[in-house]
Amino acid sequence: MWLIDSSIGRKLIMSISGVFLVLFLIFHGTMNFVVLLSSESYNLICEFLGANWYALVGTKILAIGFIVHILYALYLSFQNKKARGEVSYAVTKTQKSVEWASQNMLVLGIIILGFMVLHLYQFWAKMQLVEINHKLGFEVNEGLLATAADGAYWIKHYFSQPLYSILYIVWLVALWAHLTHGVWSALHSLGLNNSVWMPRVKVISNILSTIIILMFISIPVYFLLRFRL
Amino acid sequence: MEKSINISLKVWRQGSPKVKGSFEIYKLDNVSTDNSFLEMLDILNEKLIKERKEPIAFDHDCREGICGMCSLYINGHPHGLDGETTTCQLHMRRFHDGETITVEPWRSKAFPVIKDLMVDRGAFDKIIQAGGYVNVNTGGVPDGNAIPISKINADEAMDAASCIGCGACAATCKNGSAMLFVAAKVSQLALLPQGKVEGAARAKAMVAKMDELGFGNCTNTGACEAECPKAISISHIARLNREFLSAKFQD
Repeated sequence: MWLIDSSIGRKLIMSISGVFLVLFLIFHGTMNFVVLLSSESYNLICEFLGANWYALVGTKILAIGFIVHILYALYLSFQNKKARGEVSYAVTKTQKSVEWASQNMLVLGIIILGFMVLHLYQFWAKMQLVEINHKLGFEVNEGLLATAADGAYWIKHYFSQPLYSILYIVWLVALWAHLTHGVWSALHSLGLNNSVWMPRVKVISNILSTIIILMFISIPVYFLLRFRL
Repeated sequence: MEKSINISLKVWRQGSPKVKGSFEIYKLDNVSTDNSFLEMLDILNEKLIKERKEPIAFDHDCREGICGMCSLYINGHPHGLDGETTTCQLHMRRFHDGETITVEPWRSKAFPVIKDLMVDRGAFDKIIQAGGYVNVNTGGVPDGNAIPISKINADEAMDAASCIGCGACAATCKNGSAMLFVAAKVSQLALLPQGKVEGAARAKAMVAKMDELGFGNCTNTGACEAECPKAISISHIARLNREFLSAKFQD
């Protein structure tokens, strides 16, 4: 199967899953931004994305996207490590034109994954998972069930603690670095680039990553500033 | 302005492909800054021969930057720190008095060390043998205007064709990937009418060979482009991806 056996096939999967996750981030970021405008509207979205069949299908597809992206990343990194050979260079210098993020995508990815576990525990496990468990007939804490669709409550709950706001900001900065390389690199691997479009694709990548991260980061920053002032 | 410098060289010595190598330090005094790096190594080797020691094995041929035979990883850069030059075009005036210069062979799974600083770059030849040619008889040299080719394509093909196959791209790549080399070799033919005919089969065959030989997967860091003595652009890699993917989707 050339999607596993050939290097460009593997990169195709990496790119497509990456682009899919970027689309998800655009959706998630836009949704989050709503909470700063109106808590009620945000909670409406949260209800909409509870344990409904379409939200569950979406969650499953999303989970597959994440798993494919992570598994391929590990497989590619393992192969690339092997391709470097047994003896490594005594002296290595990085060239000025090489982005830092591009050489640290795996490390950034692991950081992002680590924070994602925290994020899933803090939000998903308190919201959609509670509703799923309730629907499946498991014992669910009444208090938790009451707040399962109250996203605005959970945001306030966590981000009024400055430690979590700072942790989320660190996470989002790592994600930003990952995206600045990831977006243009995905397009490049899909063959959607040439010498004329190279600078444009890189600028598009930077702008898109910055917009996505600004939408996300505005929330912890807002709560951090509110807490301080 | 000629002057002399005293340098120390930290050179990788390895008797044969299988034995374990290590660094040796050599001192060399009164090196003219007008010497090229390879001339400096010649001087060191003459000194070693006079001392009845084994001279350092390194690759070189034309010594004018066009054959792609010289290699050497010098102070962390393939072909030294100068951009768009091969090792043979590197001069001692780029180093200062008292400097310790670290010289290593190309390191990549697909480029095993033969001896000291010499590596076997036969893997690149195997990739070319897999499809880096045109099968059809294209006849003699045609009249310049007989087949119209756009200036853009002609220039891009020419830029790709300037690849000398030295292996610096794979040597510097953190993934040990040969994509820049393969991309250049696929592009120089895919952009021209005679080469386009077999474009799909060529891209598939050359990529398959590249993967088989143990080169890594490209992650678009761009280190290859920065170190390439011919400044081959990574935009050729996008073309290779495009050629390969469209060939696979056509199947």
